[in-house]
Amino acid sequence: MLRVEDLTVETTGKTIIKDLTLEVPKGETHVLFGPNGSGKSTLIKTILGFSNYKVVKGRIYFKEKDITDMPINERVKLGMGVVFQSPPALRGVKLKDILNSFLGQSRDGLENLIRALSLKHEFLDRDLNVDFSGGEVKLSEMLQLFAQRPDFALIDEPDSGVDVENLERIGKVLNNYLAESTGILITHTGYILRYLNVSKGHVIINGTIACSGNPLSILTQILHEGYGWCEKCLLMGKRELHERIAGR
Amino acid sequence: MNVSQEDKVPAPNIREFIRGVKRWTPCPLTSLPSDVTERSLQVGVRLDEENRSGTYFQIDDVPIFHGIKRIFGGKLEIIGMRQALQRHEWLKDYFWRLTDRGADEFTELADKDWDDGYFVRILEGQKLTFPLQACLFISTDKFNQNVHNVIVAESGSDAQIITGCTIHPSVSRGLHVGITEIYVKRGAKLTFTMVHNWASEFDARPRTAILVEEGATFVSNYVCLSPVRSLQMYPVAYCIGEGAKARFNSILYVRDGSYIDVGTKIVLDGKGSRGEIVSRAIATDSAQAYLRGLLVGRSDDSKGHIECRGLLLSDRASIHAIPRLDAEVRGVELTHEAAIGKIAKEQIEYLMARGFSEEEAEALLVRGFMDVSIFGLPATLNEEIRRIVESASRAH
Repeated sequence: MLRVEDLTVETTGKTIIKDLTLEVPKGETHVLFGPNGSGKSTLIKTILGFSNYKVVKGRIYFKEKDITDMPINERVKLGMGVVFQSPPALRGVKLKDILNSFLGQSRDGLENLIRALSLKHEFLDRDLNVDFSGGEVKLSEMLQLFAQRPDFALIDEPDSGVDVENLERIGKVLNNYLAESTGILITHTGYILRYLNVSKGHVIINGTIACSGNPLSILTQILHEGYGWCEKCLLMGKRELHERIAGR
Repeated sequence: MNVSQEDKVPAPNIREFIRGVKRWTPCPLTSLPSDVTERSLQVGVRLDEENRSGTYFQIDDVPIFHGIKRIFGGKLEIIGMRQALQRHEWLKDYFWRLTDRGADEFTELADKDWDDGYFVRILEGQKLTFPLQACLFISTDKFNQNVHNVIVAESGSDAQIITGCTIHPSVSRGLHVGITEIYVKRGAKLTFTMVHNWASEFDARPRTAILVEEGATFVSNYVCLSPVRSLQMYPVAYCIGEGAKARFNSILYVRDGSYIDVGTKIVLDGKGSRGEIVSRAIATDSAQAYLRGLLVGRSDDSKGHIECRGLLLSDRASIHAIPRLDAEVRGVELTHEAAIGKIAKEQIEYLMARGFSEEEAEALLVRGFMDVSIFGLPATLNEEIRRIVESASRAH
């Protein structure tokens, strides 16, 4: 469904993604691991088409269409959706304004979601992300994703800054959703993986994929050895070997 | 106001306007032509009088209509100012009391060439469930209208007034001078909403002053979203009584070559009095906006805050926020915050990631910027102003 081919991306003159290739077939959810600044969020924003991220090499294909130069909203119309890690505050724009644009008149789905995420209706009337707590930001982003129900979801750190109760709630709803969808998920801590069935994991180091394989094995390895181990691995060109170990 | 800045406001030449046309005669509101009805509605004045307690309507220099809904009989008065001065001997003490006739050339003009205006009085302890409405309409091109209004909210009363000042679609030039003196007596509450709708060659000089007594509350909402050649005003509220409160909210959309200089002054004289100034201004095209706020703290425990936000949509437009705080005794607490910026690309792209086009995203953010719910108004008035803002932003 999504194919990123030999992608190199610059932002403010610095190369963040380098020669990155990634394919996510329909029905699979891939997890991206990697240290801070390795390029995970940049990859998501580039796939979406944010103007600060300049593709200097390579192409992005979505549903067999070359979307590399397509405006953001066109990509969204094609079936992409996103959960941002730290979205901007929008004064005067209400959460319900966005939900309504996705849902139109059908409100049943929304009511179910509000219940599943234990939200209050007043939440929908608040200015988007203005004075939201960390958990509220995630719940709002999730709610928007579920209202949109895109074919392909880009999910950036749904577990950062969320307390245990909300994490469980978000994890369960997200797992239900992803069971019928396709997507890429970034997690720094891996906490959310407790609740999710994901197909494949990739470690991104210095803007490129250092290894790929079983996400839980990769996570265990990272938790034991840290990302330093991945860096060494990348330097030694042991990507193939490592893929085998991780995929055990 | 600082004289050098006042000098920059494009000055209308008073002599080039027309006066004394007397083209209209009094008539029922429902017999006014549809273009008058439509224009009035845009500034919040409903000629069907639905959800209104009383109405005053003036076109050019002629008071056309005044009336009170039957169920509000005995609770209030709303009549032309000349007639009111004949009816009440005491009223002369309220006329030119808060505003000095000789303050500037426009007050002098309103004193010399006076075209009526309205008198509103809400009787003691009366709480009006529906707003009063007044419309000051200009139907003649190049006309100079000088009105003088007095509002007296007697002790313990509670009311809302919507004043709409607007022009006929055929009017492009003119000068509106409006003197408004408002008395909010002990324990009374008055919400005064003023909506302006002018044209790109039109000049407006409102002169408003308010006296707020002990335990009384005055709330002003000012909305101007149309182009105007020049608009200059600096309403002042004197919170003289203990616990008196004044709050001024304004929403301005300054477009084309408009020049506006809108200030607010609150004098906190009463012990524990409160003042708040909240403004939102959007400037586009080659418009210039000066937003002033002045809080004067003169009494113990008085508190005030100025919050001003500006949004620039064009490189040729400019916004100048000039908040000022004067604390004259100890125990005064005055604060201000001002922020001017443009719409951030990040915000637009966030909304595009939710499927909105770039234009839709910008419109949503602009509308959000003018969100009236920040003013904390009663629900019905909130809806009313929201409707005005939305219809005006669509109309232009």
